[in-house]
Amino acid sequence: MKNYDIVIVGGGPAGLAAAVSARQSGIESIIILERDKELGGILNQCIHNGFGLHTFKEELTGPEYADRFIAQVKELGIEYKLNTMVLDIGQDKTVTAMNREDGMFGIQAKAVVLAMGCRERPRGALNIPGYRPAGIYSAGTAQRLVNMEGYMPGREVVILGSGDIGLIMARRMTLEGAKVKVVAELMPYSGGLKRNIVQCLDDYGIPLKLSHTVVDIKGKERVEGITLAQVDEKNKPIPGTEEFYSCDTLLLSVGLIPENELSRGMGVAINPVTSGPKVNESLETNLEGVFACGNVLHVHDLVDFVSEEASAAGRNAAAYVKGSSAADAAPETEICLNPTAGVRYTVPSTIRVARMEDNLTVRFRVGGVYKNCFVSVYFDDERVIHRKRQVLAPGEMEEVKLTKEQLLQYPKLEQITFKIEEE
Amino acid sequence: MEVRNLICINCPMGCPLTVEMDGDEVISVSGNTCKRGDTYGRKEVTNPTRIVTSTVKVAGGEADMVSVKTKQDIPKGKIFECVKALKDVEVQAPVHIGDVIVSDVAGTGVDIVATRNVV
Repeated sequence: MKNYDIVIVGGGPAGLAAAVSARQSGIESIIILERDKELGGILNQCIHNGFGLHTFKEELTGPEYADRFIAQVKELGIEYKLNTMVLDIGQDKTVTAMNREDGMFGIQAKAVVLAMGCRERPRGALNIPGYRPAGIYSAGTAQRLVNMEGYMPGREVVILGSGDIGLIMARRMTLEGAKVKVVAELMPYSGGLKRNIVQCLDDYGIPLKLSHTVVDIKGKERVEGITLAQVDEKNKPIPGTEEFYSCDTLLLSVGLIPENELSRGMGVAINPVTSGPKVNESLETNLEGVFACGNVLHVHDLVDFVSEEASAAGRNAAAYVKGSSAADAAPETEICLNPTAGVRYTVPSTIRVARMEDNLTVRFRVGGVYKNCFVSVYFDDERVIHRKRQVLAPGEMEEVKLTKEQLLQYPKLEQITFKIEEE
Repeated sequence: MEVRNLICINCPMGCPLTVEMDGDEVISVSGNTCKRGDTYGRKEVTNPTRIVTSTVKVAGGEADMVSVKTKQDIPKGKIFECVKALKDVEVQAPVHIGDVIVSDVAGTGVDIVATRNVV
């Protein structure tokens, strides 16, 4: 069995940024294990622009953004293995993996960074009636087919779900000559970013039907059409509102789910709201020395924030390996973060002030659309942050920055509550 | 005076912009949180432009397709012409990020450049 200080599972944006920052924090022995044939993860198929404004102060496409980090990984001489599937991680941080060259092999790690990303919610999870004809794809599969393999999945398209990948694919398939007839969204608001509604749908006159869902798929061998219906406030289809659209393709952009089979297998506690690990201020799971970052932790809208979060995970993993004695000496009081009244979750979910860096970004999502409201943060019963916001929506991740200095002023603090308030 | 409400598309913040116009003249842009928003607001009501991204075939490389983009934004009305001009383009590997794939696409004066390495 080989020994490494830090094993990073996944070579996408999170894994790459974690590796770079761990190396920059002085850890020599690092390996990235990636199951695909190249580094970069999902960025390789995201050929659209809009990446990197925060990180590089310029607007890049997905592959360009990935290349910036891949170049750093190579320049820093960080080891990585491609075409390598991690099969199991033990609680003692033994990583079992396999590939064609090495067969099955084991690695003993001092710290593990989980950066496996997420998967798309499939048709099977949706209870759409009808046959199972060809022509139904998740939006990300269609994205891979069009952008990397050079195939068009179909000519006349209906999209269910207004997640960002679905919106991006509405534009992409339109540019490639397909007719995108409609995007239907079950919820009364879009799940994607506003800018994508503007530049992917509005620019091309593609209608977005909110509070609509697919109630029937026609076609036995190949999709021939789908029926949409409006839904009521309980998401039940309203009889008489059915509309038929002939099409040969149905794309599903109905949500992403963090891929935590390995995490669960090793005993990492999962937050049922995010489907990702519960983590503390160091992005460390309930298992000491096991860190998580990026979409495996919670689904992000923006790769720039994945990189930022993963850099922190890499630094913290490095500090763990080196054993930060100063923090060990300090008393370990833990503050609970409590999401309530419109705030669905927070990452992290606990803070040990002694171990936090000078600044900590708490990220969260809201459960509905809120207009002219306030994001409030209470330290126990005292309201310390009260920030006016014009619009909050579930499709857009929010953040609040806390400082160590601020928290040190409240030595008896037990709970930090996050809520949305009308005034 | 005409007021137009836009969503800035420069970055995923999606700032809500209010553009005040007097005829074809932009008087003010508000709601933006950075300079890009101001520029976008002014352009969007006078001469809207977009960066266009697509793919072209690549021969003799480790991948079959290489992703490309317009080096700068081009007028919105030229998007389809631009994509059409890329339809039958095939390049030979190796291709590197920034390599010019098509120069002056669709008469816009803007080049199409590669956005990934294919060796």
